[in-house]
Amino acid sequence: MFKKLSIAAVAALTLSTGASFAAGAEGHIHDTDFSFEGPFGKFDQNQLQRGLQVYTEVCSACHGLRYVPLRTLADHGGPHLPADQVRAYAEQNFEVFDAELDDFRPARPTDHFPMSALDNAPDLSLMAKARAGFHGPLGSGMNQLFKGMGGPEYIVSLLTGYTGEEKEEAGVTLYENTAFPGGWISMAPPLYGDDVEFADGHSADLHHIAEDVSAFLMWTAEPKMMARKHAGLAGVIFLSVLSVLLYLTNKRLWAPIKGKKTS
Amino acid sequence: MSGIPHDHYEPKTSGEKWLHSRLPIVGLLYDTLMIPTPKNLNWMWIWGIVLTFCLALQIITGIVLVMHYTPHVDHAFASIEHIMRNVNGGHFIRYLHMNGASLFFFAVYIHIFRGLYYGSYKAPREITWIVGMLIYLMMMGTAFMGYVLPWGQMSFWGATVITGLFGAIPFVGEALQTWLLGGPAVDNYTLNRFFSLHYLLPFVIAALVAIHIWAFHTTGNNNPTGVDVRRGSKAEAEKDTVPFWPYFVIKDVFALAVILVVFFAIVGFMPNYLGHPDNYIEANALATPAHIVPEWYFLPFYAILRAFTADVWVVMLADFVTGGIVNAKFFGVLAMFGAIAVMALVPWLDTSSVRSGRYRPMFKWWFALLVIDFIVLMWAGAMPAEPPFSTISLIASTYWFAYFLVILPLLGVIEKPDQTPETIEADFNAHYPKAENPAE
Repeated sequence: MFKKLSIAAVAALTLSTGASFAAGAEGHIHDTDFSFEGPFGKFDQNQLQRGLQVYTEVCSACHGLRYVPLRTLADHGGPHLPADQVRAYAEQNFEVFDAELDDFRPARPTDHFPMSALDNAPDLSLMAKARAGFHGPLGSGMNQLFKGMGGPEYIVSLLTGYTGEEKEEAGVTLYENTAFPGGWISMAPPLYGDDVEFADGHSADLHHIAEDVSAFLMWTAEPKMMARKHAGLAGVIFLSVLSVLLYLTNKRLWAPIKGKKTS
Repeated sequence: MSGIPHDHYEPKTSGEKWLHSRLPIVGLLYDTLMIPTPKNLNWMWIWGIVLTFCLALQIITGIVLVMHYTPHVDHAFASIEHIMRNVNGGHFIRYLHMNGASLFFFAVYIHIFRGLYYGSYKAPREITWIVGMLIYLMMMGTAFMGYVLPWGQMSFWGATVITGLFGAIPFVGEALQTWLLGGPAVDNYTLNRFFSLHYLLPFVIAALVAIHIWAFHTTGNNNPTGVDVRRGSKAEAEKDTVPFWPYFVIKDVFALAVILVVFFAIVGFMPNYLGHPDNYIEANALATPAHIVPEWYFLPFYAILRAFTADVWVVMLADFVTGGIVNAKFFGVLAMFGAIAVMALVPWLDTSSVRSGRYRPMFKWWFALLVIDFIVLMWAGAMPAEPPFSTISLIASTYWFAYFLVILPLLGVIEKPDQTPETIEADFNAHYPKAENPAE
């Protein structure tokens, strides 16, 4: 009786916790298959580098990545750029204010990405984790659990979800977007396709660059994802083996008490 | 330690005797570990070890996190990101701590419902039960304050809503709320005191856990039959029990390892599944989130809090009788704390002479309904406060109170319990027929 109940309780718990994420007027989010989904998913290093290029050439005009240190572009499990490229990238693209010099100077790998240039442009460092607040279907959380849908899917859907409709409200131009909660967003369509040219000749159509920059933003939000999955997998394997050994120990230990033969 | 007769520690070497006559610490540990434990305990009795592990895990990971965290409104959110990005292993330690809270509450709910089903709260274990309820309250306080520390949107707005509850108390509410917050609104002084208390309370919990264990080591464990261990002599007691070490230590650690497989899978593969995404947005006093939702383990009581709105007749009656002192908001607060209070009073509300629910044919069904009720409340707490969810919350909240205040007292009178086994040994041998004549 109790056993059955507790199984039911666990099942219902998984359902209801998912529901706690359900947010208001939800936009339409479509599933994207990213390389980093699931327990064994990995970041695609080339995709992260392409995403970095999209970010640098398009997004960074308004948005920032204040929590991301530039040096981490060289990290394993990330874009993994060579150290000298990171130095050159920082120098060429960003200027930071140095309190000691009391002046601006070119960025170094030890600096962070700059903050957003515009007041109303949110920082993108954690966007891929902060926008995972949809939980379909019916608030059950099943899509997130089984399809791995989350913030990156939201970002792709948003970047590709412009309908072309515009309206003005209180002097602000709003753009219709099928993914944005409420349907109207103040950000003008940032990507149209072929906004960047990739050195490796990879397709730069709208959908591809949207996916690339979403993957990159997932990395900025969760830079240690690969290390985390490794540690989690090691833990699961170690504890599974330990469980088997403890099961056998326990069985043997209790055998005389339960009147069973020991060997 | 009094209670069930068993062997006590005898110092043998001169060194042991020297220590024992000065500080009988080895004897204390021996008696604690060798306590005679009913041999028929089932898998529902493993959660105590899981909970002890959780407390240790939270304290150890928490101490490391404190080394890198900055309790200041301008730096708290950034210091969490510092832990996630720059501290060696910091991301994993933080995720262990975050999800450790969920495991802690998951285990405590099963532990509590185990106690409710098998009548573990009944005489002579009332003190164990009351201390357990205090631990649970402290856990809720600790978890709530811990959730504020990352200074995300849900941290800030959760703190605003929950401390606002105290503001609903008539006459002293506003002063009390200001005193709790340290000022007129949630701000740096709130963050600092929550940080201080979040560090302190786990050690209070640890002390209460020691008392909890002390209490049930004095009365002896309950067991699935609810039948007492025979205590006439040591030989008699040994027919009903086995020593905690090694039998239950190995069994419990095995169960813990299995649970940790799942736990590590969650931490490693989906560490943010149970959290709220809005907490990855830094707190902003000017932007209220669309839905302010507490962590999943608070949802049942959050549902009870919101269920009693001004259009419910009980609330209207209370409002009228008290001349407006008990308004809808205060009624909700009373209901939420009352829901925990009735649970704490269950040793005196349950009138049945039979301890274990296994031998109570009617009780079983009402108990099953209570478990479902709890899950419904959890789901309703996550839903927006509008029909039909508000009606469902109200019905489910009513059942929660009815179970403790009406059904349990009545069942003891009208129910005819089944025959309980004579002894624990008889129950155990019924499961393991060969145990009666152990193999040579």
